[in-house]
Amino acid sequence: MWEYSDKLKNHFLNPRNAGEIEDANAVGEVGSMACGDALKLMMKVDENGKIQDAKFQTFGCASAIASASALTEMLKGKTIEEAEKITNQDIADFLGGLPKEKMHCSVLGQQVLEQAISRYKGEAPKEQEGKIVCECFGVTDLEIEKAIKENKLTTIEEVTNYTKAGGGCESCHEVISKIIASVWAEVFPVIKPRLSNIQKIRMIEETIDREIRPSLQHDGGDIELIDVIGNRVLVAKRGTCAVCKASQQTLKNFVELKLRELVSPDLVVEEVPE
Amino acid sequence: MKTIYLDNNATTQVAPEVLEEMLPYFYDLYGNPSSAHKFGGQIARKINNARDQVSSILGASPEEIIFTSCGSESDNTAIMSALNIEKEKMHIITSRVEHPAVKALCSHLSKKGYRITEIPVDREGRFDMDKYSESLTTDTAIVSLMWANNETGVIFPVEEAAQMAKDRGIIFHTDAVQAVGKIPINLKNSSIDMLSLSGHKLHAPKGIGVLYVRKGTKFSPFIIGGHQERGRRGGTENTAGIIGLGKACELAGNNVNVEKTRVKDLRDKLEKGILSVIPNSCVNGGEADRLPNTSNISFEFVEGEAILLLMDEFGVCASSGSACTSGSLQPSHVLRAMGVPFTMAHGSIRFSLSIYNTEEEIDFVLEKIPPIIERLRSFSPFWKKEARA
Repeated sequence: MWEYSDKLKNHFLNPRNAGEIEDANAVGEVGSMACGDALKLMMKVDENGKIQDAKFQTFGCASAIASASALTEMLKGKTIEEAEKITNQDIADFLGGLPKEKMHCSVLGQQVLEQAISRYKGEAPKEQEGKIVCECFGVTDLEIEKAIKENKLTTIEEVTNYTKAGGGCESCHEVISKIIASVWAEVFPVIKPRLSNIQKIRMIEETIDREIRPSLQHDGGDIELIDVIGNRVLVAKRGTCAVCKASQQTLKNFVELKLRELVSPDLVVEEVPE
Repeated sequence: MKTIYLDNNATTQVAPEVLEEMLPYFYDLYGNPSSAHKFGGQIARKINNARDQVSSILGASPEEIIFTSCGSESDNTAIMSALNIEKEKMHIITSRVEHPAVKALCSHLSKKGYRITEIPVDREGRFDMDKYSESLTTDTAIVSLMWANNETGVIFPVEEAAQMAKDRGIIFHTDAVQAVGKIPINLKNSSIDMLSLSGHKLHAPKGIGVLYVRKGTKFSPFIIGGHQERGRRGGTENTAGIIGLGKACELAGNNVNVEKTRVKDLRDKLEKGILSVIPNSCVNGGEADRLPNTSNISFEFVEGEAILLLMDEFGVCASSGSACTSGSLQPSHVLRAMGVPFTMAHGSIRFSLSIYNTEEEIDFVLEKIPPIIERLRSFSPFWKKEARA
């Protein structure tokens, strides 16, 4: 049994604005029978862009019916510009909250509103944007990204609650977790832990041994780590490097780049004279 | 508001006779049946009496009865026992419509390297005997098939299936949680090796179950502990629960005839009443051999949770195979396995009756349901479209 708020129960038991508007001029329709919920929104918008009337038809559970009822109540009297700002969280808030597993009902409300407004404005029907991630419920990567960003989702379960993606055969779970990771990586770029001096020196040594020296030795050259002072990496050229004219370039374009990439982005490589 | 309880496959009310039988064992007679003193010893005798009562409803002998904590424990014990005995065998056969106690365990085992064959069912939920017969191999450790389905009430030919397993030397278990007490069961001449039952489905309390293990069937315990249940299930006995279950089995044995007559008549009345008044409704598994108390009805173009909650406003309790009810996003695995179309599956309601339901209750439900369906359909976008088409 779901814990529904009194307001939600009220909107479910006495849905406002259920029905059809014959001369609606802003209509949206989302969901399908296979998905388990579907919603049709009809609005009558006057010449000033004000929503005179809004009605819905829905196939869905109690919270889907209540979300649709809430949405139409919120829309009546608003201008299209105001209506555009309604988010799925606003719908949930209007109802005194939704159980987390039912958040997708409010997302459905937001989607149908978006579609109705864009059709009203005469915008070309959007092609299916993005690529389908969840085959079971036909959810695209862009929809998933949007839900993650707008609702700060961090787990697959949350993504399922909001978008239904991943709620069927679960074979897309790996892709969903990659999307979650990449969205969050945009917001919070990964930072490497601050290194102690000793750790830094050790990593520089290891990187030189593993990533740099083999390449140099391939051409008969070599470098020796002399010291690390702050961000300055002091090296001495050995072998053919010591006599090679291009070796200064190698230090900057290869050694320094590698060390910056693998150890710390602020390192500067300097050559110490013999 | 009066509660009209039509959800007896979920759980049942404790029979008044059962409660009366149990009460002394919570307070006055709290002894441990394992104790040496007379105070405890008298409880042990009472438990033996309960064991007799349980064995007689199954046509079993008392020593074939192991008391457990629930149906799920019995199912887990049976399957894990067979795998422990047949260590080198890595194949399990079950059906696509099992209860999670078996289904989820099998998918857990599949991750551990076991091969699971789930035998399909047809559109009416009937077991595919040919597929089953082709699936029994030398590598098969156990077959676990439910006797009757919890959602549709469809009965599987478990005795025939057990015989086929026995002919090939394969251990056979049946989850009979929904069947015991509703249809006659006699294990005496059957080839079933293990059977699970659950107290709270037959008017005993929650927290007590039974695993029947046929004499001569090799067994490996699941809960290892004390010598209780002859070392086959450790843990101090749930004395009051066991005594209650004994009484419940005695009552159920006497009431099996009521199930197939009066309860079935009420169920049929409910079913016919709904189908004759509400268009685009159908019984899932209606053509199959079914439990007398269960009816799974789909109402096309409306969603099950909404129906349930509107029924709840009138005190009518039932359950639904819709996605939204369970918290998953897919309708019940049973209806999907049967190939019930989405238009029907999301709007399925299970009514399950008991001997305590009355004709007045059924009349009340028949009065309330049609307007509920009509109302939800009045604002369903699909209903209008279909009506036009």
